[in-house]
Amino acid sequence: MSKLWVLVFGATMETLSMVLFSTLFSLILGLPLGILLAATSSEEQGGIIPHPVLNNLLGRIVNVLRSFPFIILMILLFPLSRLLIGTSIGTTATIVPLSIAAAPFVARIIETALKEVDPGVVQAARAMGSTNFQIVRKVLIPEALPSLVSGVTLTIINLIGYSAMAGAIGGGGLGDLAIRYGYQRFRGDIMFVAVVVILVLVEIIQVIGNKISARLLARR
Amino acid sequence: MQINLKDLKRTYGDLHAVDGISLSIPSNTIYGIIGKSGAGKSTLVRLISLLERPDAGEVFFDDIRVDDLKKDALIERRRRIGMIFQNFNLFSSRNAEQNIAYPLEITGTPKGEIDQRVQTLLALVGLEGRGKAPISTLSGGQKQRVAIARALACNPDILFCDEATSALDPQTTHSILALLKDIQRKMSLTVVMITHQMEVVRDACDQVAVLNDGVVVEQGLVADIFANPSSEVTKEFLTHLVGVDDASASDQMVQWSKNSGAYTLRFRGGTTDQPILSKISRQVGVDFNIRAGGVQKVGDVHIGTMIVDINGEAEAQKKAIEALNQMGVVVEEEQSI
Repeated sequence: MSKLWVLVFGATMETLSMVLFSTLFSLILGLPLGILLAATSSEEQGGIIPHPVLNNLLGRIVNVLRSFPFIILMILLFPLSRLLIGTSIGTTATIVPLSIAAAPFVARIIETALKEVDPGVVQAARAMGSTNFQIVRKVLIPEALPSLVSGVTLTIINLIGYSAMAGAIGGGGLGDLAIRYGYQRFRGDIMFVAVVVILVLVEIIQVIGNKISARLLARR
Repeated sequence: MQINLKDLKRTYGDLHAVDGISLSIPSNTIYGIIGKSGAGKSTLVRLISLLERPDAGEVFFDDIRVDDLKKDALIERRRRIGMIFQNFNLFSSRNAEQNIAYPLEITGTPKGEIDQRVQTLLALVGLEGRGKAPISTLSGGQKQRVAIARALACNPDILFCDEATSALDPQTTHSILALLKDIQRKMSLTVVMITHQMEVVRDACDQVAVLNDGVVVEQGLVADIFANPSSEVTKEFLTHLVGVDDASASDQMVQWSKNSGAYTLRFRGGTTDQPILSKISRQVGVDFNIRAGGVQKVGDVHIGTMIVDINGEAEAQKKAIEALNQMGVVVEEEQSI
C-alpha cells in the first residue's frame, strides 16, 4: 500500500514541476506573441500599431501550431528536446514540447484578453501622450488582468491534461504512472488514483484562479 | 494657446468626414464646436488633438505646425493637451488618485511630487477625500471630475472636451460646465468643446462653430449666432433648445397655445426693452397672436424668443416683418408641413 502512495506522490511532483515550468516557458513565449497580435490588429479592434501583414502572418503561425495534434507535435519536437535537454524522454524533456504546444494557446488567450480592453481607454492613454510601451505595460495589461488570470488558469489546466498525454510516449508524471502501471500492468487501483489526483489538481487550480480573478475584479 | 486650422481634410473611403475646415480658435476662451452625429465632429477632434493625421491641411498651435510632428515630438506635444470624453475613459484598474497620477507617471514625475499634485487636483475638482475610491463606486459627475483632474495633471495649455456632458443629467451637466468655466479662468486654458447640445454652447462657450457634413456652416460669438442664426442646421439646433427643461427656470418657454405659431421672433439685448410688437401692430395694421415666449441667457446677453402668428393682409404681413427686421429682431418663418 505504502509503495503505491510513494509512486503516486513522486508522479504528482513530476506532473507539478512539468506543469509549472511549461506554464512559465509558454508564458515567456506566448506573452510577447499575444501582445504583438493584439497590438498589430486593426484600429477598430483596438490595435495600437495596426499592421495587417504582420498580424496575418502571426495569426497563421499560431493557428497552424494550435491545430497540430499534441502527440504528433511532441514526436516532431524530440530532436529539439534532445538538443536542449540532452534527452527526449522523461519529465524534464517533456517540458520542451509542452511549452511549445501551449505557447500559441497562451498567445491567443492574451490577445483576446487585451482586445477586450475598452478602446476608449486606450485612446485616452494615447491622447495623454503615452508611448506604445507605456500603453501595453500601464494600461492594457493592468486593465485586462482579471481576464489574463482566467486565461493563465485555463492554460495550466490544459497543460495538466497535455502532461498526462505526454506520459504515453515517454514523459513522466501521473499520465506515465497511469499508463505504465494502470494500463500495461492491469493495476486498476493505480490508474484510478492517478486519475483522481489529476482531477483534484485541476479543481484546485480552477478554484484558486477564480478566486484571484474575482478578487481583482472586486477591487474595481 | 491659439489653434489655427487650415483647410483640414480627412476621408474614410468615400466618406468626406472632414471636408475642408478652416477655423481660428482664439487663446484663453471656451470654443464650442456643435454638429449633429455624422457631421464630422469626432474626426475633427481627433485631428486637432493630434490622435490622427489629416489627409490634407494644416494644424497650428500658436503658429507652430503640429500635424506633421515626428513620433517623439508628437508624444511630447500630446502630453500638454488635456482631453475628456463622453464615457470618461478612466482606468478601471486604478482608483481615482491613481487615474489622476497616470499622466504624471508616464512623464517620469517623482513620486512625492505626484502625490502632492494629485491632492491639489482632487481639491480643484471638488473631490477631496475621495482619492482612494474605486472608479466603479463614483457617479457619472464624479467620474467626469476625476477625468478633468487627470486631463489637467500635466498643466496642459489646451483642453478638449469630446461630448463631455452628453452622458450626464442636466443638473450634473450644469455643475461640470461651471467647473470647466472656473478652471478655464484659473488656468488660462483654451478649451474646445465638441458637442451636439446647444445648451452646452449657450451655458459655457464664448464662440461657436457649427459643423454640418464635414464643413463649418456658421461661426462667431455665441450671442450673435443665437440672435441671428443664418444656417438651417443652426436654426434647427435652436428650435430644439426652445422649451428644453433646464436647470434654470428662466430658460423655459411659456406656452400659451398648443398650436405652434407661424413665425419665430428672436430679440437681443436692448431691443427687448421696447414695445416693438404693439408699435408695429399699430403702424402697419396687423395683429400679433403670441403663442409662446421666453428669455434665454447666453453668456451675458439675454435673448428673447417669441413664437407668434401675424394676422392681416399679405402686404401688411410683409411690412410687419420688414419693420421687425429693422428693429433688430430676427424673424424666422416656420416651414409649412
